[in-house]
Amino acid sequence: MSFLANIGAATLGFIAVIGRISIFAFQTVSHHVRPPFYPREFVHQLMYIGYLSLPVVGLTALFTGGALALQIYSGGARFNAEAVVPSIVAIGMVRELGPVLGGLMVAGRVAASVAAEIGTMKVTEQIDALVTLSTHPMKYLTVPRVLAATLTLPILVAIGDIIGIMGGFLVGITRLEFNAGAYMSNTIDFLETGDVVSGLVKAAVFGFIVALMGCYHGMHSGRGAQGVGRATTNAVVSASILILGSNYILTEVFFSA
Amino acid sequence: MIELQDVSKAFGSKEILRGINLRVESGESMVIIGGSGTGKSVMLKCVLGLIHPDSGTILLDGEDVEEAERDPFLAKFGMLFQGGALFDSLTVWQNVAFRLLRGSLKRPTEEARAIAIEKLRRVGLTADVADQFPAELSGGMQKRVGLARAIAAEPEVIFFDEPTTGLDPIMAGVINELIREIVVEMGATAMTITHDMTSVRAIADKVAMLHNGKIRWTGPIAQMDDAEDPYLSQFIRGSAEGPIEAVR
Ligand SMILES: Nc1ncnc2c1ncn2[C@@H]1O[C@H](COP(=O)(O)OP(=O)(O)O)[C@@H](O)[C@H]1O
Ligand SMILES: [Mg+2]
Repeated sequence: MSFLANIGAATLGFIAVIGRISIFAFQTVSHHVRPPFYPREFVHQLMYIGYLSLPVVGLTALFTGGALALQIYSGGARFNAEAVVPSIVAIGMVRELGPVLGGLMVAGRVAASVAAEIGTMKVTEQIDALVTLSTHPMKYLTVPRVLAATLTLPILVAIGDIIGIMGGFLVGITRLEFNAGAYMSNTIDFLETGDVVSGLVKAAVFGFIVALMGCYHGMHSGRGAQGVGRATTNAVVSASILILGSNYILTEVFFSA
Repeated sequence: MIELQDVSKAFGSKEILRGINLRVESGESMVIIGGSGTGKSVMLKCVLGLIHPDSGTILLDGEDVEEAERDPFLAKFGMLFQGGALFDSLTVWQNVAFRLLRGSLKRPTEEARAIAIEKLRRVGLTADVADQFPAELSGGMQKRVGLARAIAAEPEVIFFDEPTTGLDPIMAGVINELIREIVVEMGATAMTITHDMTSVRAIADKVAMLHNGKIRWTGPIAQMDDAEDPYLSQFIRGSAEGPIEAVR
């Protein structure tokens, strides 16, 4: 009986969390359009979330593009289709791997640090202090981070896409004996605007998720160092799962028709 | 005037406040004493609306704080938090001038900085700490920066949560005098939490003792020593013997 009760309690708890996160997301969006705004905080976060994530996203894309070229070459060789390497690398990077891996890497970096920062602020009464200084924590902390992540992740992913395709290109011409000019023109000819746009829309959604999870778990951090640690872990795990889940849904929306 | 009527608050199954009744007149300095963990900080946070009581009413000048419009309500308050609660990402002067740099009290940066430095001087800090970050200061200095931030916008009501804890006796004396001055000069209403009996005698017009979720004793400072409450006298004497259990 207690086994069933546990399952029931866990299910209810899970639904309650989904409800709370939805409300939090809705409030965050609504604070985006209601002043006061904090442009300095926003610029600071653009720098921190966007610019400083560039090396992580770039390296991820570079190695992934290279590995993808090798895989598709050896897979394609089974039915004499080695020539598809450039186009599949490009489509795979731009539609799927660029945004998803970029999103996951940024989740590890940004969701964790946002949750730790805001969680520490909560534990050390800084959030209470903000309120007493007539500053809404959602406007001052959440909005700049969520907006910065939503806007910068597509840019990061676009750069990552280019680097990833470059990775495939380098492997293609050095290891797989492709002709450089042919590889390039193959890539450009097959890539459609829709591929690129869908990937960037995904990236924007993932950026929103990453910052939202960091802020949510930070704001709801438990007391003490242990509470902050747990908030950080929860932020990364929930951001990663939500990225993968929403990626599937977005892929359905974009490509099932 | 601040009035708490039957305020109760529990966290889970832990009942912290069990029907607090307390009245603080305008311009009066009320000191709250009581053991660690008895809910003194929770009580102040209830007044500020940072924690919502489970039941009871809190009135500021006759108006229910739950119904008051938040911005003008909060603009009347200054609060020194127990741990200082300075913002790590901002310099000392930006912390002190936080209110003056944004929102309805916003003023030019130079002016805000000048006010911040003047407030820092009032709490015994020199201008060269202004551009440092809170993490670079000692605990006692952080406390004083927190105090400067609490008084920066000249609030009508000021809450001090353990203002002298962690300070050396001389600095504690300076802070006690300062709090007294602020109340007298600015005519502010003050509520101070402290364990330090020297502080109590220096700051208080009235004293209230919180024990077991209720106000155990309250009265003018002059009557404190003659009061016959065994809990209060044990606390004042700092004795391990008495009705308050030393092991909690
Ligand atoms: N946000 C909170 N959640 C759960 N318990 C809390 C919270 N804030 C305070 N408490 C508990 O309430 C009790 C009183 O805390 P506090 O008011 O900080 O004591 P003090 O009188 O020393 O200031 C403590 O046992 C503390 O653990
Ligand atoms: Mg306390």
